[in-house]
Order: sequence, then C-alpha cells, then structure tokens
Amino acid sequence: MFDVNQLRKDFPILSREVNGQPLVYLDNAATSQTPRQVVEAISDYYYRYNANIHRGVHKLSQEATDAYEKARATIQKHFNAAHTHEIIFTAGTTESINCIASGYTSILKKGDELLISALEHHSNIVPWQMLCKKTGAHLKVIPMTTQGTLDMETFDSLLNSKTKLVFVGHVSNALGTINPIKEIIQKAHLKGAKVLIDGAQASPHIKADVQALDVDYYVTSAHKLCGPTGVGMLYGKSALLNALPAYQGGGEMIATVTFEETTYAELPHKFEAGTPNIAGGIAFGVALDYMNGIGYDVIASYEAELLIYATNVLQKIEGLKIYGEAKEKTAVISFNIGSFHPYDIGSILDKMGIAVRTGHHCAQPIMDFYNIPGTVRASFSFYNTFEEIDRLEAGIRRAVSMLQ
Amino acid sequence: MKTIEAIQEEIVEEFSLFEDWMQRYEYMIDLGKTLPLIAIKYKTDNNIIKGCQSKVWVHAHMEQNKLNFTADSDAIITKGIIAILIRVFSDQHPKDILAANTDFIDKIGLKEHLSPTRANGLVSMIKQIKMYAVAFQTQLN
Repeated sequence: MFDVNQLRKDFPILSREVNGQPLVYLDNAATSQTPRQVVEAISDYYYRYNANIHRGVHKLSQEATDAYEKARATIQKHFNAAHTHEIIFTAGTTESINCIASGYTSILKKGDELLISALEHHSNIVPWQMLCKKTGAHLKVIPMTTQGTLDMETFDSLLNSKTKLVFVGHVSNALGTINPIKEIIQKAHLKGAKVLIDGAQASPHIKADVQALDVDYYVTSAHKLCGPTGVGMLYGKSALLNALPAYQGGGEMIATVTFEETTYAELPHKFEAGTPNIAGGIAFGVALDYMNGIGYDVIASYEAELLIYATNVLQKIEGLKIYGEAKEKTAVISFNIGSFHPYDIGSILDKMGIAVRTGHHCAQPIMDFYNIPGTVRASFSFYNTFEEIDRLEAGIRRAVSMLQ
Repeated sequence: MKTIEAIQEEIVEEFSLFEDWMQRYEYMIDLGKTLPLIAIKYKTDNNIIKGCQSKVWVHAHMEQNKLNFTADSDAIITKGIIAILIRVFSDQHPKDILAANTDFIDKIGLKEHLSPTRANGLVSMIKQIKMYAVAFQTQLN
C-alpha cells in the first residue's frame, strides 16, 4: 500500500523550512532528494569499511570490494543487462556520454553521420559537436514538433547507411516527453547505426530493460533516482565496449604495464581508471533497492495522478501555457504565464518555500524553438503530495498578482 | 548632488520600513517601473550583461563629467534591481563610482541576489557599471 506520508519520513530534508515556510521541493528533474537509507549506506561505508577496492588482501578491502561489486550486480539486474561487466561506473551521465564520444573518435570517418534529437540536453549535444569537429562527421538533428515530441517522419528520412550513431534522451528534461526509443533503436539498427540513450531523466520514473530495448549504450546518473551526486553508469553491449578504446589512463584499468606497452584490463575495469567513487557506487545500488522496494509500477501510477492533478489545477490559471504536451510524458510541467519572465515567477515562489527550476534547463535549442527565454519547470517525484501542488498553485497566483 | 553613500543610506532606510519579503519585492517591482529606459538603438547584444538568467541591457553616457545610466530587462524583479543600482550610481563622477562599495545590498535584504547561484547577475551588473566608469575615467585623464 503506497503511503506518501510514511515515505516522506525517509527524507529528513522534506520537513525543513525555507524562508519560514515548509519546503515544497519541485525540482526533482534537477536532482532528487536522498532517503535516509542511502545516506546511511554512505556513512556506514566510511565508518566501518572504508578501504581501496580490487587490490587489498585485507578484510576491509574485501568488504568494500564486495559491496561495490554487489552494487554493480544490483544495477545490472535493475536494467536487465546480460552481464555485470557491461555496467561501467562513471561520474554520471555526462562522463558516460563523453566516454562513448571519445571512443568514437577513432571509429568515425569523414562523411559519417550522427543523428541527435532536438530535445537534447546540452551534455548530450556538446560532446558530439566536439566529436564531429575532430572526425569530420556530420551532426544531423531530428526536429521536434510543437507538442514537444520528435518528428519521426523526418527521423526516417534522415536515417541512412552513412548514419553511424543515434543519440536520443529517453525522456526530455525540459518538457518531460517520453521518446519512442524502442522504435528509434529498431530503425537505426536496420541501417547499421548504433544507439545511445540518455536515461538520466527516465531512470527515476521508468525501469529500462536494456536487452528488451536492444539498446547499444544506456547511461544515467544516480542522483536523479535518490542516489548521491558524482556517480552514474554507462551500460554498453560487451562486444561494443570491448571494441572501444579505453577512455582514461591510470590505475585499475591496466593488466600489465611496461614502459614499452600497456595492456588493458578486461571490462568493466578498462573504463574505470583510478580509485572510483566507492561510497557513491555502493549508495547507487542502495538507491535502486530503495526505488524497487517501493516499486516502479507504484511510482509510475502515483506520479501519473500527480501529473493529471497538477495539469488540471495549473491550466485554470489565466494566461498559463504549458510547454510539452506529449501524450507520453513524465511528471514534469514546464510553463510560462503571459509575458512574465520565468525568473520573476521562480524568485517569488522561492520566497514562499517552493523550489522550481527556471531558465532554459540546459536545453537552449528547445527554448529557441518556442522562441521563449525559458520556462518555469515543476518536476514531481513519488514523495510529492497533492497538497504541495495546491501550494504551488496558490504561490503562482500570488506571484502573478504581485507582478501585475 | 547627493553622494553615492547618501543615496545608499536613503535606500537602506526606505527598505527598513518593510516588514516582510513581500513588501520588499513589491517595492522593487515598483522601482522597476521608474527605471530610466535604455534607447532602443543601444538595446543590442553587445550591451547585454552576461551571467544573468534574464536579459539586462545597460548603457552609459557622460554629461558634464558625470555618468548617467539607462537600462532595461525582460524580467520585472531584475528591472527593480537594476533600477536601484542606477539610482545609486547615476549622475556621479566615474572616480566616485569606482571607489564606491556596495555593502548596502546586504542591508536591504537582497544579499541572496549576490550569490552566483541566483544567476540574476547582480554581481555582473555592478561589474558592468564599474567597467563603464573605468572607460569614461580613462577619457577624462
């Protein structure tokens, strides 16, 4: 039985005050809050078994290694990867993407094409632009529609035998649109292209099955799904990861080193140079256990209710326009009111203890498409309540009356 | 002519009358409406202050060795903030603008706007005003 008030007790931060008002945290798409269980996993590691992993013969090192590798197995199971060594720990989504982009520097040739969606976040645009500059490959953009969905007809026409890679976010961070990634992957594969899916915005809401999707690379960050910042993962099919060159040189990722030559370790260590974020990796696993303990089905249906309620309530505010009206979307509402700048609305909401995001959400191309400076974005989590949506509505109405 | 310091004290006194943030914000919004607006020909990308989430344009011109500022913003609260700065720094000699400190911002409860995470660029606005002062001071020398 889903009891939001019971769950909220796991998140001490949710009971704090901001500017003299109880906090209403609606910036979950930027980062989720961290439950006690995850924080305790981190302190437990430092208090009881902090040691470097994969090399010590002593007990602490073994315990730390076991916990770290157990987390990898938890992540593998969650995403249904075929092997644990297909899960690479990284510093987060951005590093995961850079790791693949850097690997493709030696694979791509002049005239090759990369397809990227118009809904992408900056971190999923910039590395590819850099890659194209280095290799002479061309970056092509799958355009978006006014509803905030991908223009799939144009996607079909852009896809051809020169297409080597397709990069699409599973969910758009600015609008919440859930992209038809299964269809994209199937069509790309028919042309021999590989597909990288950025799962950062999807992971708190949707359980992706990498084998069912037949996706080539899937990346995400722990801090979006109740884990800590600074850790994330790169999933890649074994054969593909083996074919990629190592990303960074250093300890942990080598098999033998002489001054003439270094041979690299097997997966996953080949991509995990240096001492990793051990506590973060362990906590990532605990965060997934926490989410699965609630259940992704339960989370999805509760968040769907929140989204419907919030959409109805906010739409009644005069002049409020919602951006991103895809049928399939996560619990995100990106909006503007009349000609008010999102910054004005966000600043006043903050004074009332309501945390929303304002600005371009690191997705400037989307804002350019709508010809707006940005939006106010309220993004919901399973620990948000209907009462908090009422507070948001009241806050917006008050902001509007002040600004008029 | 009032000194920069005297104007700052005046503003601090005005803000001290308010009991809560709402009154302060409402006052700022009103101040924004009094902002000496920048002429359309100066509202160019060159005059946009970087580091602001909202757009802010500032232009300076010299009259009888004193600097005067005009500005605009697409956000109302930002307009209020720049209006306060212009009230403080307009009709002043460049060397006085350069010598002025901006501690009064803290005293009127806008300290949070100085934080880089606010991204409203109050810091950038002050920097831009001082840059204009440097440029015009060089002309005077």
